[in-house]
Amino acid sequence: MKLKSENLASKIRMHTLQMTSLGNSSHIGSILSIVDIISVLYEDTLKIFPTNPKNKLRDRFILSKGHAGAAVYAALAEKKFFPISNLAKHCSNGSYLSGHVSHIKVPGVEFSTGSLGHGLSVSCGIALNGKLEKKKYRVFALLSDGECDEGSNWEAILFASHHKLDNLTVIIDYNKLQSLESTHQTLELEPFVQKWKSFGWNVIEVDGHNHRKIKIALGKNKISKNKPTCIIAHTTKGKGVSFMENNTLWHYRSPQGDEFLSARSELLKNTRT
Amino acid sequence: MRDAFAKQLYNLAKKDKDVMFITGDLGYGVFESFARDFPKQYLNVGVAEQNMTGIAVGLGLEGKKVFTYSIANFATFRCLEQIRNDAAYHNVNLTIVCSGGGFTYGPLGMSHHATEDIAVMRSIPNIKVVVPSTAWETYHATKKLVNLDGVSYLRIEKGGIKKPPFKNVKYKIGKSLIYKKGSDVSIVVAGGIIEECFAAAKELENINIKCQIISMHTINPLDEQAIIKAAKKTKVLITVEEHNCNGGLGGAIAEVIARNNIDCQFDMVAINNKFSSIVGDQKYLRKEYGLDSKFIVSKIKKILKK
Repeated sequence: MKLKSENLASKIRMHTLQMTSLGNSSHIGSILSIVDIISVLYEDTLKIFPTNPKNKLRDRFILSKGHAGAAVYAALAEKKFFPISNLAKHCSNGSYLSGHVSHIKVPGVEFSTGSLGHGLSVSCGIALNGKLEKKKYRVFALLSDGECDEGSNWEAILFASHHKLDNLTVIIDYNKLQSLESTHQTLELEPFVQKWKSFGWNVIEVDGHNHRKIKIALGKNKISKNKPTCIIAHTTKGKGVSFMENNTLWHYRSPQGDEFLSARSELLKNTRT
Repeated sequence: MRDAFAKQLYNLAKKDKDVMFITGDLGYGVFESFARDFPKQYLNVGVAEQNMTGIAVGLGLEGKKVFTYSIANFATFRCLEQIRNDAAYHNVNLTIVCSGGGFTYGPLGMSHHATEDIAVMRSIPNIKVVVPSTAWETYHATKKLVNLDGVSYLRIEKGGIKKPPFKNVKYKIGKSLIYKKGSDVSIVVAGGIIEECFAAAKELENINIKCQIISMHTINPLDEQAIIKAAKKTKVLITVEEHNCNGGLGGAIAEVIARNNIDCQFDMVAINNKFSSIVGDQKYLRKEYGLDSKFIVSKIKKILKK
């Protein structure tokens, strides 16, 4: 039987395909890459309050790879933070649902991003506040692999372990493709796990499309006392639409016409099975 | 000014545990007592200004009233996008404190000369830009800014006058202060360079030119009414700043004069679109780049054809 989070993932995939098509916008490949992670977060892990989004008891989730904002908008709509019908306005004239995630007039978005390498420092600040004030909330930040090229992250990575921010969990969407080429060709991240470990983090590797495993990795049991946690999620860019998978073309290309229809029918087929 | 800031910061932190001070590994000999007495409100993030600003934003989002502190260009340019996207767009309570406005760190070279910061910071929406002219202004500005929502930029120097301009005066963000009255020329100034204006005004008095000196310590939001009033009154208005000529105090005031169609003679004393490759103390570099009292005097004489 399908998990609830898997059902949510199917819906988010369909929403975001339509959103990027209607809005004639980019990044469907990056979006599909994180849909499973987002679905587990919103279905199982995050403490959320859709009718009172700013409830102080909530867990804080920051999408640092802001270009995949459509996935968060779709998750928030499915979780009833705002009407699903709003999603059709994504990237259209006058809309607040910008291509890169923005919090203004979008209930449930914790923080606006879009320029890479910003989310982790802010997450550290929120996590530090949690420690200072002895708050129970957890802080999650989702980063892309290409985003780890940004030096600001490494400042924050040093900071988080120095301050023992074990209420902070970073998830890396490690699909190994960035804007133009692979991470290997662009700027080598390997040995990636060892890098994080050597910076004093608790590191977990996971299949970023296996909901059961993602759920376990995100769970409180996996936290290591006095250490921030990094989940390196091995993912496939464009996951769920065969002709988009592992193809940098779909970092920027918007699904239109036959390509849209063919992607949609594939998603529909997968939803039924 | 720096000591006035440190003193006020200490007072504020003592009264309000939400006040936090974050330094980018700078401030030797200035914040030790703060760190000792309020360890939970003090943070040295290391030499990492982008992270410093991000951390400040995270804390600010959760309700803290945060100060970040570094040398001017590091606290601003190095993390400009964090200031724009993370702090200003999210309107968190953050005061970015730059130590060493203008040529304060003259001998240290161009990396430490803060000569474009005002222009850059005032170009970003939601940021209050405060450039105190005296230690007294710094002390009061610090207290006012901590309880205002949103982002502020506080540009301070060393030293500066400790006394108020006159008795029973109240300091307000966005409200300029007249330090000296005069009917012939308005000198509008921001920063410790006000001391050059006092010297210039004294010299001009000898040839019967009476200057009024206005401290425009807040550049955003600007005290437009005071500018209009001064320009109309004296018909001659010059600005003085230890900053490049593009987009700083002079630029901001030129915009007000132009937009309001004020009929007056206007000029600015500022750095003439240059980097300083030579070093020297603050006084020396002011003279070298045409910002000192002698230059102000000659400029005013030229305008008045005297």
